[in-house]
This record gives sequence, structure tokens and C-alpha cells, in this order.
Amino acid sequence: MKLDSKIPDGPLSEKWDRHRFELGLVNPANKKKFEIIVVGTGLAGASASATLAELGYEVKTFCIQDSPRRAHSIAAQGGINAAKNYQNDGDSIWRLFYDTIKGGDFRSREANVYRLAQVSNGIIDQCVAQGVPFAREFGGQLANRSFGGAQVSRTFYARGQTGQQLLLGAYGALSRQIAAEKVRLFTRRDMLDLVVIDGKARGIIVRNLVSGKLEKHSADAVVLATGGYGNAFYLSTNAMASNVSAAFASYKKGALFANPCLTQIHPTCIPVKGTYQSKLTLMSESLRNDGRVWVPKIPEDKRLPAQIPESERDYYLEEKYPGFGNLVPRDVASRNAKHQCDIGKGVGDTQLAVYLDFKDAIKRDGHDAITRKYGNLFEMYEKIMAQDPYETPMMIYPAVHYTMGGLWVDYNLMSTIPGLFVLGEANFSDHGSNRLGASALMQGLADGYFIIPYTIGSYLAEASHDKVDEDHKEFNTSYNEVEARIEKLISIKGKRTVDNFHRELGNILWEYCGMSRNNNGLKKAKKLIKDLRAEYWENVLVGGSEYDFNQSLERAWRVADFLQFGELMVTDALERQESCGGHFNENYQTDENEALRDDKLFCHVSAWEYRGNSRKPKLHKEPLKFENVELTQRSYK
Amino acid sequence: MKQASGEKCINLKLKVWRQKAEESNGRLESFKAENISKDMSFLEMLDVVNEEIILSGKDPIALDHDCREGICGSCGAMVNGRAHGPEKGTTLCQLHMRHFSNGDTVVIEPWRSRAFKVVKDLVVDRSAFDKIIQAGGYISVNTGGAPDGNAIPVPQEVAEKAMDAAECIGCGACAAACPNASAMLFTGAKISQFALLPQGHPEAKKRALAMVGEMDKQGFGNCTNEKECEAECPKGISIINIARMNREFLKSSILS
Repeated sequence: MKLDSKIPDGPLSEKWDRHRFELGLVNPANKKKFEIIVVGTGLAGASASATLAELGYEVKTFCIQDSPRRAHSIAAQGGINAAKNYQNDGDSIWRLFYDTIKGGDFRSREANVYRLAQVSNGIIDQCVAQGVPFAREFGGQLANRSFGGAQVSRTFYARGQTGQQLLLGAYGALSRQIAAEKVRLFTRRDMLDLVVIDGKARGIIVRNLVSGKLEKHSADAVVLATGGYGNAFYLSTNAMASNVSAAFASYKKGALFANPCLTQIHPTCIPVKGTYQSKLTLMSESLRNDGRVWVPKIPEDKRLPAQIPESERDYYLEEKYPGFGNLVPRDVASRNAKHQCDIGKGVGDTQLAVYLDFKDAIKRDGHDAITRKYGNLFEMYEKIMAQDPYETPMMIYPAVHYTMGGLWVDYNLMSTIPGLFVLGEANFSDHGSNRLGASALMQGLADGYFIIPYTIGSYLAEASHDKVDEDHKEFNTSYNEVEARIEKLISIKGKRTVDNFHRELGNILWEYCGMSRNNNGLKKAKKLIKDLRAEYWENVLVGGSEYDFNQSLERAWRVADFLQFGELMVTDALERQESCGGHFNENYQTDENEALRDDKLFCHVSAWEYRGNSRKPKLHKEPLKFENVELTQRSYK
Repeated sequence: MKQASGEKCINLKLKVWRQKAEESNGRLESFKAENISKDMSFLEMLDVVNEEIILSGKDPIALDHDCREGICGSCGAMVNGRAHGPEKGTTLCQLHMRHFSNGDTVVIEPWRSRAFKVVKDLVVDRSAFDKIIQAGGYISVNTGGAPDGNAIPVPQEVAEKAMDAAECIGCGACAAACPNASAMLFTGAKISQFALLPQGHPEAKKRALAMVGEMDKQGFGNCTNEKECEAECPKGISIINIARMNREFLKSSILS
């Protein structure tokens, strides 16, 4: 298999325009003859569903929640980037492109990232037109704030609930198309398999989560917008139901999985408290605009923060990175927090936390100004920690937050299976080895509103295939395999619950494939995961029954996939013998403990091909060519 | 609810509504929740109980939950008769066990509202809310061709008010808490957001009529100023939004 990224020729800034002109079109009258399945209703899925329906396609949209409005994009707090340069502070499409490429530690495609920066401005316009209540200046103009990895102020926001407001905008657009009967919505459905006929994606098998019955759905193309795989770690900032199963099923059907070892560990999360803990809560990175990160200068200092005088505090980020200070990219901030805790300077009961202090900001701007910017975040913190961050510094620690890896897609966002398109966090394409803050919302909406509507049209215009029937033998084969796997899971009736296994998998991945990795640990993890998976299929205990609303069974299916996927993460991490962004192999670091890339050997995307459960997946490399930016050692000093 | 005392872990008696499916009869079933850390969230406490139920070979308690950070609106139940439990401005997932005391009995029931049918145990069908939005809870603008974001200035105080209304998470606590099972806070919040913003004005008339009509059609009751919705709303949405909705509706009715 030869990976063809289909990047158009020509100068960087003209590629997308030229490509749009060259893409085939579907006659307006013919669009209604094509059915498109969209799985997922986060920013990418909802915006794609709405936009494709507006164009005239027949869309079938699926989500696991009871309403499309609840997809986990809703939880994004801080904001969305765009190169508007409203602040007149030197921003431009080129600068947003450059910051994103550099922030990603030079492991993303130039052409994709440039396109992302180009369409970013249109996203803001679209969302404003939809009535998204962005923050405003007194004069009525849109307000901006700063985010990590950038020295300009380009982030648009709606209090600490930007993801919610953008998603409700897209959900509104989707609802309008549902009312117009251009979108058929299927809620509480879990995609369990992809159906491939004559080499093309032609449908999906879903489980109705209320009745437990399996359903077959056919289409002319399938769009996955099913999010990332952060929950492989058990504890993450993802929602409880976020999972890799739809993407993993597609991988097993022939879609290559790219860079699975690339996970983002977000620096500002509420620390872990106990073993019962079910998820971690993010505190928006925007807090680093005004909060100052510090630890006591002396290790094992057990005094309360108020008792530690200014001179005995170590503002290690400001000290080490005077240029960016507290606003260094996420991977850098996370690794530094871990380092401080590793040398005994962590705070709180577990000593796995650092302080994020607003005292100076409150003194400077006043209590009210801070409330306006971060009120809901401070409230959330107080609810969980029973401490008032206006009075005492927050405690934060890094947590798994986002996954840069995902299904491999070409410039058209099509996977290696023709007719299977992948959007948003589920694909791998734009963030390299580290995503900058406020870029996930930008990418999800760019893919859904402004890219897939063009590229899928070209595929459909050129695809010459017959309509398929849901009684086609491939549908039946898939259906039977899914049914057999469910029956197997239910019938094991072992002694350990699904969550119990999941927690152990999470511990293994966090320990050996988390913020920093080394070859010995990764090899060990591989064996541990293999053993755990073997035990799972002998000893898991699933509650409830098959044809019923059964959340234990839902999780059992997902964890079965995570157990297999976890091994792929480790395999990929072992293969990448360098450090870059979120992948930090301890053997490869600079004298100042920064990630040390190897551009000679690893300036490529690693895309894995599934070859059966017992064989090692096959590695394919897509070389990354940098024609417009110079590969440099990232520096935020 | 008593303020929790000094101990780190507590034991509780739970009475949980169990109902196999919409058409089945339900009943309260008792469970013990023991050694519950006060740092746990309410849902983590239920996780612990469910793990024990699964280990004993029985069917775990079904409940909707997802983000567990108070924003997706999935979770929700009546806890001792209060929507989302005893704390103000809190979703069930953000309610922590430190607000309970050792030995408390906690009664957990699904949302009570004619328009929300029970799916199983604590899970209800809230698609009636989606239907209300589908009736007009959006601005009819296709993707592409929007003017520059700054071409439509919105005064800061207007944007803030619109945001106050837009914070609704669609959890259903308002309708569950209302003695009339009214959805006016939910509907009023969306109508208000667009009535306040200039982008929403062209369709304001049609929107108010269509959304209110759909709300009635879905079987939600009327508002009699009980203010239970505002009191139980986890996002603190004000009943000012109901007044604004009524004004919009009246305006539209008279003009049409």
C-alpha cells in the first residue's frame, strides 16, 4: 500500500483554492440521490451533518448520547483560534499556520495546517451569524484572549464555555435540517462496525442502546467524527462514553491508524484524589493567562501556600521560559509540572500537584474582572475541591486530554478506505505531535463546515457504484460478527468487572506510555497489556443482558477495543525512537530536558495497517516535507 | 440535609427507583452504600454501588451521565425530592458526598414530567427538548457567506445577557422541578438568547410562536410562577427569560 496524501501542487497559499477548483462537483439536482452517514455529533459531526444537508445530500446522523447536543465538544472551555488580527497585534494566516506547525513540533503536514489557518476566519463569521454569544468589548466588537504557544491574542471565547456555545450553534444548524427532514437523526446508537463492499465504505452496524438490537444502515459514504481515544487511559478529561471503537473497527476493516502514540497531557487539570475517581476535570488553559504557576523552592515543604513567602516560591515556568512564561505549549508545561513533582516539590496531600495562583491577577485587575473571565471555572474548582481559588491558589496536575493520533486521512480527509472520511479529533492530520490550545474547536469546525462539503462531493461525483441493499452479504457478515462478539462478552461471566480491567489498563498506559516514556517501560507495557487482554476474555464480568439498556455491556465492548488499541499505542511509541511534542522518550532529550527530534529518521507519519489479531500491524510511513518552514528546535525562552 | 461532620467516609442507605422499561411498573429498591469517601461525586458513589450490584450478578442501576463536569446535561435525578440534589446551582455529577452525613437515607428517582418518559431506572427520554429546538431554536443561516464577525456589533451588556440565557445545558431539571412540568425556562432561555442578539431579530416572530407551540404539543405544562425551575437550574438561568419569552410570544401573536 502506497500512502498518497493528495496534497495539491503549487504555492502553499494557493493549494486549497486550486484544489477546490479542481474537485469534481455533484449537480444540485443529483445531490439528493446520495446518502451520507455521519457518526458523531460533536463540532465536526454536527457541522458536517448540517452543512451536507444544506447542500442537498440525504444525511443520516448517529450519536451515542440521548441528544446530539451532549457530544463532548460541549466541554471545551477556553476558546477557538482564528487569524482575524482584530487586535492589530501582528497576527496573520501565516502566523497562525506557523505557530500551529511549530507547536506541533513539526510533525504535521504543511498543506493541511495552512488550510486550517485559512478557513479559521470563516468559522468565526459563521458562528457569529448563528448567534453564538461570543465575548464582546464595550464597543460591541469581538473580544480576544491569549492562549499557550502564541504571542498574539487570537482566541475567541464565550466565558469558559466556548465549546458549549459553538456546539449549540452547530446543533441548532443540525436541528434545522432535522426539522427540514434532510437529516434523519438516530440517537443512543453505538457504531460497532464499518461495512466495506467492493473496497468502499458503504455502511455501518450500530447497536440501539435502548433495545440492545443491532441495526444495519447503508449509504454512499461514511463520515466518522467520533473523537479521540484518551479514555484508553481510564482517567482522562474525556466524557465517560468517549471511545475508540468506531475508529478501531474501521482500522480492522483496512483504514490505517496514524501516530497512535501521540497523546496530549493537559497541564491544568484538577489533581487525582482517590482510587474511586472516574474522570479528571480540566481547568481551562486560559487560566494561565492570569494565573502564575509555582511550587515551593525547597522539596518536601509541607507548609500551607499562604505560609510560604514570595522569596521561597519557585515560579519555574517564568524562570525557565521568560519569553512565553506561563503560556508555554501544553506538552512543555505538563512535563515541567511532572519534573517538579518528581524532585519532591509537588504540593497537596498526594504531592502530585503544583499551584496556579491568581493572587497577583486579583490584586491587579480586581475580583470582578477575574470573575468575568473565569467565574464558572472557579466555581467548578470550588465544587470539586471544596477550596476557594479566590483565597488560596488552585492545585493542578496534568491529565490526558486530547489525542493527536487518529485514522490516517489524505488532504481530502478520506481514509485509506475509499468513501470513509474522518473528521475532527478522530483523524490525525493537523496538530502534529502536540495540539495548541483553542485549536481543537477550530479544526473540528473547519473539517465539518468548510472542508468535507467540498471533498466528499468530489468523491461522490467520481464514484461509480450501485446502491447497496442492507441485506447484502457483507452487512450480514458484519452483523453476525458483532452479535457473536457481544454474546461472547456476556457469556464469560468471570470475576472482574469491566471498570476494574479498564482501570488497570489505564494505570499501565499512564505509567509507561504517558508523559514520558522509555524503551524498557514500553516493552514491559506491551507484555502487561497482552496479558491483561488475555485475562479479559476469560475473566470479565458483564452485568445485565444483551437485548436491554445495558451500560455495563456498552463499556465492555469499548474496553475490549481499548485493550487491543493500547498495545498499538505502545507499539507506535516504541517505533518512534525520538522525542516530539507529546511523545517524550527519555532517551532523546536536549541538555535542558526538552524533546529532541530526529528529523533524519522520524520526520514522517507512522500509519499502521491491521493484519489480524495475532500478527504485528504493518508500518507505513508518509514522509513529511517542509518546503515553507525551517525545521528548528522549538524554543519558548 | 445536615452538614457533614468530621469523618472521612460515610455509610448511606439508598432507595433507588427501578423500572425495567417505559411500559413496566417501577418500584423503589434499597441498597447500602458503604465506605463512601466524602470526596466522591454522587455519580462516583453510584459507580461503587453498581460495581457491587454487578459482582452480585444483578442488573446495575441505569443512569445517564457523560462529561461529569456539569456541562453536557446528561445526568440528573431527583435526590430526596430535589432535582440534582440538595446543593444549589449544581448538576448531579458535581454534587459531592461531603454534603451528606453518615447514616442518611437517600431517595433517588428519575425526572418527573409527563413529557419525559422513563427509559429505564433513572434514565428518561428528553427528546421533547430536541423537538422544541427543532421548531425554531436556531438562526436560519446556511454555511458560507456570513459577513465578517465584527460587521454585527453587539453591545457587551447585550452579549452578556444573551450568554446568561445560552448557558442552559438542557438537562431537564426545570421541567422536573416544576409542579406543572413546564418547560418554559428551557424554551424561554433559547428564545431570549436570539431575541436579545441582533442576528435573531429577522425570525423572532416566527420563532416564538413555533417554539411555544411545540412546547405545548410535547405535553409540558404552563407556568404559574412557582419559580422552582430557577431554584433548581444548575446553571442559574433566571425566570426573566420566561418573562421575555412571554413578551416575544405576545408580540408575535398580536402582530400575526
